[in-house]
Amino acid sequence: MFTITKRVRLNSCLSQITISAPAIAHKALAGQFVVLRIDEKGERIPLTISWCDKHQGTVTLIYQLIGNTTKQLDTVMEGDSILDLVGPLGVPTHIDSYADRVCVIGGGVGNAIAYPVAKAHFNNDVPVDVIAGYKNADFVILEDKIRSHCDNLYLVTDDGSAGDKGFVTAKLSQLLDEGVKYDHVFAIGPIIMMKKVCEITAKHNIKTTVSLNPIMVDGIGMCGGCRVVVGGQVKFACVDGPDFDGHLVDFDGLISRNSMYDNVHKCNLTGEVHK
Amino acid sequence: MTLKQRVPMPLQDAQERIRNFDEVALGYTIEQAQQEADRCLNCRNPRCVTGCPVNINIPAFIHKITQGDYDGAYEIITQSNSLPAVCGRVCPQENQCEGSCWLGMKGGSVSIGNLERFVADYYNSHSHCATDPAITKQSRVAIVGAGPSGLACAGELNRLGYPVTIFEALSIGGGVLNYGIPEFRLPKRIVNQEIDCLLTKGVQLITNRVIGRNENIQELFDEGYKAVFIGTGAGLPGFLGIKGEELKGVYSANEYLTRVNLMHADKPDYATPLFIGKKVVVIGGGNVAMDGARVARRLGAEVHIVYRRAFEQLPARHEEVIHAQEEGIIFDLLTNPVSIVGDEKGFVSRIECQRMTLGQPDASGRARPVAVKGSNFFIDCDCIIVAVGTTPNPLIRMTTPNLQFNKHGCVVIQENGLTSMQGVYAGGDAVTGAATVISAMGAGKIAATSIDEYLSSL
Ligand SMILES: Cc1cc2nc3c(=O)[nH]c(=O)nc-3n(C[C@H](O)[C@H](O)[C@H](O)COP(=O)(O)OP(=O)(O)OC[C@H]3O[C@@H](n4cnc5c(N)ncnc54)[C@H](O)[C@@H]3O)c2cc1C
Ligand SMILES: Cc1cc2nc3c(=O)[nH]c(=O)nc-3n(C[C@H](O)[C@H](O)[C@H](O)COP(=O)(O)OP(=O)(O)OC[C@H]3O[C@@H](n4cnc5c(N)ncnc54)[C@H](O)[C@@H]3O)c2cc1C
Ligand code: SF4
Ligand code: SF4
Ligand code: FES
Repeated sequence: MFTITKRVRLNSCLSQITISAPAIAHKALAGQFVVLRIDEKGERIPLTISWCDKHQGTVTLIYQLIGNTTKQLDTVMEGDSILDLVGPLGVPTHIDSYADRVCVIGGGVGNAIAYPVAKAHFNNDVPVDVIAGYKNADFVILEDKIRSHCDNLYLVTDDGSAGDKGFVTAKLSQLLDEGVKYDHVFAIGPIIMMKKVCEITAKHNIKTTVSLNPIMVDGIGMCGGCRVVVGGQVKFACVDGPDFDGHLVDFDGLISRNSMYDNVHKCNLTGEVHK
Repeated sequence: MTLKQRVPMPLQDAQERIRNFDEVALGYTIEQAQQEADRCLNCRNPRCVTGCPVNINIPAFIHKITQGDYDGAYEIITQSNSLPAVCGRVCPQENQCEGSCWLGMKGGSVSIGNLERFVADYYNSHSHCATDPAITKQSRVAIVGAGPSGLACAGELNRLGYPVTIFEALSIGGGVLNYGIPEFRLPKRIVNQEIDCLLTKGVQLITNRVIGRNENIQELFDEGYKAVFIGTGAGLPGFLGIKGEELKGVYSANEYLTRVNLMHADKPDYATPLFIGKKVVVIGGGNVAMDGARVARRLGAEVHIVYRRAFEQLPARHEEVIHAQEEGIIFDLLTNPVSIVGDEKGFVSRIECQRMTLGQPDASGRARPVAVKGSNFFIDCDCIIVAVGTTPNPLIRMTTPNLQFNKHGCVVIQENGLTSMQGVYAGGDAVTGAATVISAMGAGKIAATSIDEYLSSL
């Protein structure tokens, strides 16, 4: 059992929880994730580790209230426990130690994952810019934490209610047009955002890493459900990723596969498929 | 002497069982077990024993049955095999013990598996596991993976008095016995009873712990373990590499089975979703394909097995094939998948296949299937289960630079189970690639003996 030590509701669709899990906290690096299951009847879902406290032995996750499990997770209170938590999973994000400047782009809840990547570069003395995009001012998360772990924070919202108005892609294009040079771009957020970022960076020939979120079950390479096509090859995101070279990823395939259960409701021995 | 017929295993009726997940084979009654045991000739040169990968003293345990001494029979079996209730059910006996039985040549080997199962079930129904063999040794041993190889290794080391800790990535132990083989072939209560029994005896099981991601092999030694056994299995599913395999509705057998066996997607009150399909095509002809097909059938689908060779070449156990046929599963043999076609929403809508004929034998000695030109056709379906084999889990390989692997990704070991790293042993599917429960257990036990020798020499 893994006890929730702290819970913060960040906004109408995002929550942050801290869970006691020393074996995970001890090892986790930027870009790695956990798979959790709330109770015996629960589903296994993957969530990225936003940060951890090695002394307290805790990991902190930020999750979007999407469906079944994430909504149920919101009902697990401080002091209560969840049944299973396994991690850290996935290959840690490769942190460039010698880059002249990198750019980390986060979209929405993706900023929870962008933050540790920016921080790891910052702590390695690599100059790092962050473009953090949100829907509107109400959805801004981690602003202070990100700001104190990067050189320049460019905050944008869709409606301009905080920071500049517009998408992260527009900000990236603007910076590149102004002549800012990046050795490496990291993009973490909605799949469509990562796809658009890659289209821009491909034109400028900038190496781009994306963090993919296919549907997972085990997270240890056993089911193949998390397979994504990268450079024409099938990769398992849980063991080969979740980070991949964005210029090689088949984003459309990923978008399609991730909608697999959108309209499939549970059926049992009746064999009915509710599509 | 007239030869008596094999006593058939009582089965749940096929029409009944496709509507539940209860066990298909119901088990012998005492009378049936007696009758079957009487058939054994108690041979002086019992070939059955050499056919069993762990050399159970088969005539001796069968003789005990004839005397009505079932506990005595159990004791003889468990000297060589710590999971008789499991092996009696899932061993490919026709290629092993029963395949070598002298009576087999005369048209009916002794039903050794059924008798083994009878003895184990009888024992489990009235006995609790013996507790606490004293832990007499100092050196702690770490076991990676709680599948049959890891469990057997742990059980044997425990018996020898070693403190043992098993690290398991999933939320429960058992490996394929729990996540792969379905309930109707191997009830989970039996697997879990065996695991609980090990725990009662003092074996420690730490679940949700992924070696290579939490600690790696080297760090286990740093933590004070003196020897390590790797029993991580061959769980990485293979795909065909044909067009359309990324469509929605295409599952690996592992995923489909895991969603049902481990995550109970078949039960309405469990959260895991599953796309069941109205018409399911299963690709492959082994045990895994049969299991996937029979699960889909129980979930209400029309199920086709597409296999590129002929009936005689189906690698699955004969019994499973017959059971699948009885359950109304349609076998499209000498049929090879070519591509998968999707609808406008990205879901599977049909599969393109071609007819095959059998040509010259290939390297494996089996007739090579050859495509018939111009024979392509389509099967409409909304779900596809790919069961074309698995390879060893990659995590240990990715995180243990000093360990030697072969080109198939299998751990390289010596006869006694020792790997290229001192104090590190391995066995089971991680070494052989996908094989059998009993061979995995045998390997776990051999490694335990070697670990004992190694630790005693320190
Ligand atoms: C490596 C990885 C890291 C992730 N990190 C985060 C994170 O830090 N914060 C966060 O909010 N989300 C993250 N996600 C996405 C998160 O796993 C899903 O939002 C979550 O599984 C939704 O579950 P649900 O039961 O609430 O939704 P439902 O819609 O009820 O889920 C139905 C099924 O679809 C799956 N699913 C639905 N949406 C996604 C998705 N976007 N990605 C993968 N599977 C999905 C679910 O696991 C479940 O199997 C991550 C995904 C991956 C693969
Ligand atoms: C569907 C199916 C049906 C089968 N039917 C039969 C049958 O009828 N008869 C038969 O004899 N055989 C059958 N087999 C094969 C048999 O199950 C395997 O040969 C056997 O389970 C191998 O045992 P193992 O201990 O080597 O590995 P596994 O059973 O695969 O167990 C390995 C364990 O290690 C864990 N693990 C992996 N990596 C790590 C890590 N890094 N850290 C911690 N834990 C880890 C896994 O989660 C798993 O629990 C079947 C297999 C399948 C998939
Ligand atoms: S363990 Fe398997 S092969 Fe050996 S006797 Fe039992 S059923 Fe036969
Ligand atoms: S070979 Fe057959 S008949 Fe002979 S001892 Fe073994 S099981 Fe009995
Ligand atoms: S989540 Fe199952 S293989 Fe990646």
